[in-house]
Amino acid sequence: MTDTLTQAQVLPGTGARRAGDGQRGGAPAVVLENVGKRFGAGPAVLADVNATVRQGEFVALLGASGCGKSTLLNIISGLDVPTSGALEVPSDGAAFMFQDSSLFPWLSAGGNVELALKLRGVGRAERKARARELLELVNLGHAADKRPHELSGGMRQRVALARSLAQDRAVLLMDEPFAALDAITRDLLHNELERVWQETGRTIIFVTHNVREAVRLGQRVLLLSSRPGTVVAQWQVSEEHRTDAAKAGELTGRITARLREEIRRHA
Amino acid sequence: MPDTALPDTALPDTALPDTVTSPLLKGDSAEDMRSLEAGLDSLQSETAHRRKLDLSRMLLPVAALLVLVLAWQFYVSLGFRRRDQVPGPLDVLGSLGVLWQAGTAQEAIWTSLQRGFVGFAISIVVATPIGLLLSQVHFLRRAFGPLVSGLQVLPSVAWVPAAIIWFGLSDATVYFVMFMGAIPSIINGLISGVDQIPPQYRRVGRILGASRWEMALHVVLPAALPGYVGGLKQGWAFSWRSLMAAEIIAMGGTLGFGLGSLLEQGRQLADMGIVMSAILVILFVGITVELLVFAPVEKRLLRGRGLLAGSTR
Repeated sequence: MTDTLTQAQVLPGTGARRAGDGQRGGAPAVVLENVGKRFGAGPAVLADVNATVRQGEFVALLGASGCGKSTLLNIISGLDVPTSGALEVPSDGAAFMFQDSSLFPWLSAGGNVELALKLRGVGRAERKARARELLELVNLGHAADKRPHELSGGMRQRVALARSLAQDRAVLLMDEPFAALDAITRDLLHNELERVWQETGRTIIFVTHNVREAVRLGQRVLLLSSRPGTVVAQWQVSEEHRTDAAKAGELTGRITARLREEIRRHA
Repeated sequence: MPDTALPDTALPDTALPDTVTSPLLKGDSAEDMRSLEAGLDSLQSETAHRRKLDLSRMLLPVAALLVLVLAWQFYVSLGFRRRDQVPGPLDVLGSLGVLWQAGTAQEAIWTSLQRGFVGFAISIVVATPIGLLLSQVHFLRRAFGPLVSGLQVLPSVAWVPAAIIWFGLSDATVYFVMFMGAIPSIINGLISGVDQIPPQYRRVGRILGASRWEMALHVVLPAALPGYVGGLKQGWAFSWRSLMAAEIIAMGGTLGFGLGSLLEQGRQLADMGIVMSAILVILFVGITVELLVFAPVEKRLLRGRGLLAGSTR
């Protein structure tokens, strides 16, 4: 009981800190300079992407399908290399969460989290306790022994979130992680993610094609154009947008209009 | 509902924040959130129901066997053929009893089983590293892949004459033929198991920071396990068949007396009772190994990964 009380008291404070971060900004965690990417001799997927993400910031990367969002995340994570431009990322790489949970089916929920800890070099004794803590953080302490196929889609994504937190990297990349979930679960996971972000202070780059989701979660929304993908607009999401439904709706409307404008250019 | 709340802003329909979490939900305490989530979890996940022992699993195969034996007896009792050419189930049972009493049956079963297990074990030890190497090293796969697949097509009996010339009538001949049957099959099973690993698993492994060795140990091997076990199962079938073929063809010398030898002896004596007994015992041993060794392992593996739902197993 005391735990939840203190948590509730802490929340408004972190909210204020977060709003401040958005404007003043900490040290940059990810810097992209004129990043471009083409596969073979094909057309450019990304061209001149410029963006800076500060430490502890939550950035929503918005774009229509085929705008190279996933390619950009792969480049930031080091799974792929850009064909032009330069980027600055933390030397230890980034944690990654995918659209499907990508849990290993031969391991239990706890085992999946523990594997991430093991590959990071955490000792055997500490692993079990730490994995349990992380699962508790996503309210899944009771499901540690369940195999992935015994969990619902939302629970699997929460295990995946716990696993990516187990990597203990400053930057967390998320590639449409809630796209395949039902609306009720997605709403819940938005809260969950926001809480986890506030409690862990991660830098999050969240790719989505859902404008409401971007406004709901991001401190800043970057709009990526399609073919080639490049950052064409950005919006700050202030604390007011979170508390005032009218303001949030108005911002959502503006971003949607701009997104549609981008899509129409390809008609 | 938001229309009345926002009378002065004209918004397109899509802008209504209906899936943006409502301020009410956001204001909930952590405890409320936790219980809401727990409720969803229990609604969305299936309750695990333990399956109790299923009698039909045992009764149905026995019933099927009974029907076949009865049909056999019925056909024999019609008397189309001479009884010594087509013996009935009871005749076969009788000659099996005689073989058993003489100790010939036990000796043959024991000799063949021993050879089968030793040969199969050596095949696993040889084939596993080769399979891993071929599945991981690109140019080796390119170079030797077709050859290994080809060896699987070649009936291992084809090696019997060569083996007799090289090794004479000794146990080495029998083992050699078994290896040529089982090893390519196990290698192929392992390779196809590795080939069928979803690429996403390797990406996750890389994201989690796995080294090459860790990737093989924690991602590739467990992911390829169902395919590998399938390969082992087939490898066992191949070694058992090759063994029988080799024992039928190669007799005498320093060779021990196996089930294949018993079968061949039955043919030479023109004793259909012995021939049928040997065939049934060979079949019985094969089924027993499948039921006692491979079926439980495979089932456990598949159930653990949630791959059994909806199957007829």
